[in-house]
Amino acid sequence: MTGHRGAILGLHLGVIGALAALYFVLPAYHVSNLARVMVLSVFAMGYNIAFGYTGLLSLGHALFFASGLYATGSLVQLAGWSAGPGLLAGIAAGALVALAVGLLALRTTGVAFMIVTLMFAQAGYLLILYFGPLTRGDEGYVIDRAARAVAGLDLSDDRTRYFAALALFALALAACLALVRSPTGRVLVAMRENAERSRMLGYDPFRYRLIGLVASGLLAGASGAAYGLMFGYVGATFASIQYSILPLLWVLLGGAGTVLGPFLGTLVMFYLVDLSSSVTTAYLMVVGLALLALVLFARKGLLGSLRERALPWLP
Amino acid sequence: MAAVSLLSTRGLTRRFGGLTAVDGVDLDLGTGEIRALIGPNGAGKTTLVGLICGRIAPSAGTIRFEGRDITALPAHARVALGIAYTFQITAIYARLPVYDNVALAVQRRGAADLAAETLAALDRVGLADRAGQTAGTLAYGHQRLLEVAMGLALAPKLLILDEPTQGLADTEIETFKRLVREVARSATVLLIEHNMELVMDLADRITVLNFGEVLAEGTPAEIRADRAVQAAYLGA
Repeated sequence: MTGHRGAILGLHLGVIGALAALYFVLPAYHVSNLARVMVLSVFAMGYNIAFGYTGLLSLGHALFFASGLYATGSLVQLAGWSAGPGLLAGIAAGALVALAVGLLALRTTGVAFMIVTLMFAQAGYLLILYFGPLTRGDEGYVIDRAARAVAGLDLSDDRTRYFAALALFALALAACLALVRSPTGRVLVAMRENAERSRMLGYDPFRYRLIGLVASGLLAGASGAAYGLMFGYVGATFASIQYSILPLLWVLLGGAGTVLGPFLGTLVMFYLVDLSSSVTTAYLMVVGLALLALVLFARKGLLGSLRERALPWLP
Repeated sequence: MAAVSLLSTRGLTRRFGGLTAVDGVDLDLGTGEIRALIGPNGAGKTTLVGLICGRIAPSAGTIRFEGRDITALPAHARVALGIAYTFQITAIYARLPVYDNVALAVQRRGAADLAAETLAALDRVGLADRAGQTAGTLAYGHQRLLEVAMGLALAPKLLILDEPTQGLADTEIETFKRLVREVARSATVLLIEHNMELVMDLADRITVLNFGEVLAEGTPAEIRADRAVQAAYLGA
């Protein structure tokens, strides 16, 4: 539907504008945090395309994030590429690995799909450890400051990094918004809602799930590639199961199938961990309680519940 | 045999384990006709149309559509050729707006103005004023009409309706009858239906299935007079 276009545009531009303004009022510590949240929320947005819109519950998205991270990191730090082409290669790596995994894993659905994607991600993680002499495994490696300049912008500088993260975030947000409001986005949602019905409307479920997964992998790869350049570290932890579960939690918390939900979920989860770990070492218990409250009181996540109760036009 | 055969099946068979649900069916549908498919419960009607639209793979036999062999074609590709199927159990997207349900069909066949053509398709079944409503909150009869609207919006050459009037009130059946007659001006309709009054009134020809085989085929008058049909089905 074409209604509410003004409100939708205003809301998303408002969020981007507010994030730009926050740079000037927040202390340095929170500026750095927020840059991290913005980059990671691009990962979450990617996860949301697959899970929230297309209905693909993947447990292997760490593989796509790590593909971007390692492609960019290796090319820039080990092969001596400059950061610009390295970044693009990282984005492409996320999409290509998602394509390869999708061609095989999308022969399955439901629980089998979860297991197959989990296995692929574990294989990727073990591959990184196996090539330890090159990747330095768990320990990882640092990308030199000099190698982290994209088009003359030094991403190790706080201010540059913040606005580069914001630019990536804004671009990803615009891409998600355009996709989910497009005819293709409508078909992705149709696959989530009822794949058999969609098949009988003439849409090949395999093809559209693959489109959703590749778009998802592309964003995850972009997030990984940017993360490496902005924070200067590449390590196998980012390919571990933890980084497959995190985007799922971020999306569930913020609201699956909402455009701004992944960012909100990443932000809330980040500060939940940050604040509670400054009070207690049992911060995971606080996170657990928050997730329990979510399941009990707002099963559709923060924005999903808000959409249901008050703002039906929220994309 | 009709000179212009839109769809023809030869020896179409489907076995489920030891049960032969559809057994060597030869069916020819002429362009523009309304064909009813009747038969007792378990006669294989839904399986037969499932084979035709590609939801079920045949054990043996061939299906030709406009002269082309489509036996091996997947269901979504058959839709692109012009075969549309509406489900026996209402299968709308209950959590999406009525508009999106029909827009999915309209955009599949390609539309210059998606919004206008979607509303026009909704208007045909009298649901245009409910475009913004969540489909699952429609009354049951309206959900059935929405299901039909989705099939119609594909602008198919062959529209398969699987028990479309099940659970509809009499006034809604009248609306539905008008709709099918209007559709038949531009498409062939294959109708599975238990409402005999409706079948006799609407169908050009009737095919009777029993135990997966074609028991009889003919005009409504011929079928009414057929002794085998009376014994197997009409209970007279």
